[in-house]
Amino acid sequence: MSYTAAHDDHHGPEKGLLRWVKTTNHKDIGSLYMWFAFAMLLIGGAFAMGIRAELLQPGLQLMDPQFFNQLTTMHGLIMVFGAIMPAFVGLGNWLIPMMVGAPDMALPRMNNWSFWILPFAGGILLSTFFMEGGAPAFGWTFYAPLSTTFAPDSTDFFIFAVHLLGFSSIMGAINIIATVLNMRAPEMRLMDMPLFVWTWLITSFLLIGAMPVLAGAVTMMLTDRNFGTAFFDATGGGDPVMFQHIFWFFGHPEVYIMILPAFGVVSHIIPTFARKPLFGYSSMVYATASIAFLSYIVWAHHMFLTGMPVAGELYFMYATMLIAVPTGVKVFNWVATMWKGSMTFETPMLWALSFVFLFTIGGFSGLMLGIAPADIQYHDTYFVVAHFHYVLVTGALWSIIAATFYWLPKWCGNMYNEKLAKFHFWWAMISVNVLFFPQHFLGLAGMPRRIPDYSLQFADFNYISSIGAFSFGLSFILLTYIVIDCIRNGTPSEARPWDSAKGLEWTLPSPAPYHSFNTPPARAVILEESQHS
Amino acid sequence: MKRLLTLTSALAALVSSKAALAEYGLNMTQGITEVSQDIYDLHMMVFWVCVVIGVVVFGAMFYAIIVHRKSKGHKAAHFHESTLVEFIWTGVPIVILVLMAIPASKTLIEIEVLDKADMTIKVTGHQWKWQYDYPEEGIGFISNLSQSSKDAIDDRKKGSDAKREALDADGDTYLLSVDNHLVVPVDTTIRFLITSNDVIHNWWVPAFAVKQDANPGFINDAWAKPTVIGTYRGQCAELCGKEHGFMPIVVDVVSKADYAAWVAEQQGAAAAAAEAATQQWSEDDLMAQGETLYNTNCAGCHMTDGSGGYGPAIKGSSISNGNDADEHLNIVINGKNGMPSFKMLGDSDLAAVITYERRAFGNTGSIVQPSDVTSAR
Repeated sequence: MSYTAAHDDHHGPEKGLLRWVKTTNHKDIGSLYMWFAFAMLLIGGAFAMGIRAELLQPGLQLMDPQFFNQLTTMHGLIMVFGAIMPAFVGLGNWLIPMMVGAPDMALPRMNNWSFWILPFAGGILLSTFFMEGGAPAFGWTFYAPLSTTFAPDSTDFFIFAVHLLGFSSIMGAINIIATVLNMRAPEMRLMDMPLFVWTWLITSFLLIGAMPVLAGAVTMMLTDRNFGTAFFDATGGGDPVMFQHIFWFFGHPEVYIMILPAFGVVSHIIPTFARKPLFGYSSMVYATASIAFLSYIVWAHHMFLTGMPVAGELYFMYATMLIAVPTGVKVFNWVATMWKGSMTFETPMLWALSFVFLFTIGGFSGLMLGIAPADIQYHDTYFVVAHFHYVLVTGALWSIIAATFYWLPKWCGNMYNEKLAKFHFWWAMISVNVLFFPQHFLGLAGMPRRIPDYSLQFADFNYISSIGAFSFGLSFILLTYIVIDCIRNGTPSEARPWDSAKGLEWTLPSPAPYHSFNTPPARAVILEESQHS
Repeated sequence: MKRLLTLTSALAALVSSKAALAEYGLNMTQGITEVSQDIYDLHMMVFWVCVVIGVVVFGAMFYAIIVHRKSKGHKAAHFHESTLVEFIWTGVPIVILVLMAIPASKTLIEIEVLDKADMTIKVTGHQWKWQYDYPEEGIGFISNLSQSSKDAIDDRKKGSDAKREALDADGDTYLLSVDNHLVVPVDTTIRFLITSNDVIHNWWVPAFAVKQDANPGFINDAWAKPTVIGTYRGQCAELCGKEHGFMPIVVDVVSKADYAAWVAEQQGAAAAAAEAATQQWSEDDLMAQGETLYNTNCAGCHMTDGSGGYGPAIKGSSISNGNDADEHLNIVINGKNGMPSFKMLGDSDLAAVITYERRAFGNTGSIVQPSDVTSAR
């Protein structure tokens, strides 16, 4: 072990700012990803506050409709590509090497590059606000021809930014696949891997499959805009609906890219605080793989109103309904894990439980949306807005916050303030429902999404929703304080702060050493820490 | 304290606006067609299935949370696998889904497959208005957001008192009223052919359960057989640019006799307009008609005083001054960059609005006659 200590000293982090620029360490890069994602969450959240402030009352009070469209567009893009996806890559970076008994990621230099592309891509995207004609204003789905023939000049910068974000995601995914398959402790079989690793491995394949399709879509936009092609321009023989097929062939796997790692996180937290092994480990793995497979064959359920033939609509409706089966299995397994447990309700567990509750509500509205005839009335209304915020905010984001509280003691070696953290949980939990639940009613009552002003019968629920939004937005100031306070002043944490937590990461001291495992853990330790025992 | 007051007034508003709520309610509209009723029934069926599943799953979860907790001294069991249980909760959802898919498929086929329509209406989306054509009757017109809603938007910018008055004046149809309503006969199967002139729009009338993308270069169809006379409102349901929130749809379902009378009246007006397009107009007539048309179609971007806003200034522009109106005609008829084409307006209307743009705001351009528009097309 003395060799290890000396080795660590020799290769320890560089001092000063350059440490972060030059780092190839998975923990440093994980932290960079997490802080970047958090900064983007605050920026994207500020845009959302602008949207809700305009929608607080009927009438145009704060902004021009064009600026409103810029805000909705950039809110979606920043949250999807800047906040949720990088946060999961950050979690993967921090946790996967520790969970598979590896010293670091398989491709550390590429890891550095895939992170450092992000701030530039995000910067380019945000800089479009200051360009003539303003930022992209065609929605995060950027349907052609609104995003080609009719778009502001800044769209070319948007295309470039999307390309960069895609490079970064693909490199991150390759790195995770290489790490899991090549750097895993030799004694760890695939079916010994913890679920977070499994879900990320499967997500990586989704990323590698989906991101090049997005790159193709934006490249076709680029040539349509600048080089005289007419992929999406009907006057040149192109087809605007083809854009939507290509976009959603990326877009549907994309929504599972944002939720599969969340399933992994929750599958760690619930067994820990229920003091019971995860119910149905192998069915969880198979369900994840089935969802990933199905995610590639349901894309056109976003397009029921584009004028598809009835056979196509029937197929996409049936395939979409099928997703409810593996997703249901997951929810049932979590509940079975809690059943006859010995539960306690520390902050990570509160977030994980409210994930199960609220994500399932989002799943119900998803099932309703999948019924093609009913989708005629739901499509492009606030019902859809409520649905995807229930799965992405109280689903994906909830799991990221849960993971942060769960592994924060391992990351920084300190325990957070439990009282404050629980208070913050209840604050966020109540306000997020005040924010998004009324939007179901707005949508059913007929309020279209992406409108800056609305008719009077929508006024009351919009008012309530906006009040919830401001409260939810404010809660993130407290979250920032809790995390920084934990890192700076928290009480030192034990190696295994949660008494029944399982996983190789808990066998390392807190904070985790700079290099995770210099010698791979033995078979006995792996089995002892696995989720299926 | 102020926050509290606003909140109280919001609650008061919630109670007082019962009437408005009654119109739309918390739930999906049942509409006035057989299809809209079927969709509503399907929606409620799936909703109640979700409620039942929710009660079972959340019931089990909250039971465990309340009973199986450490603070009550509950000791953890150690089971973590059961093939039988996994089999059951994979199989039961599949059965439920199949049972849901059967009525859903029936409704979907009913919506998508139409044997024979009694009449056809062509709906064309423009940034940001709807055009309706009755090809068999030879009628066509444009439907814009009503002047009262536009005034309400403008007045709102002037401060809270003016805002409240404008809101009261426009009432419950704020942003849901248009200048020219679509008129259809009751108990008639109407086929809608839906397309677009620029970007993708979506023509949505909740009461008909018709919502169909309007794709440029392609024609989609939808149909409805309204059964109740009345006025029904909807909105564009696909983001189509700046004024996406300001292109509503209003449909009057009228009796067959009223419909026949309306068609006759429209055909008479169309004949008169065609006649007028062959005449020489006086400057006063052009200016009078042009002002109305300008305020409806152009002021949103170029402002009422022609000073420019989202679009460039018309006041003092070289295009709208001088004796050569060719470029001016070309831009208005064919569009340019962000400016949409207005070729769907009639020759007299185009002549009037172009003349207005060339003579108002202190401009000194030449007068344009309907015949000039005819030759410029």
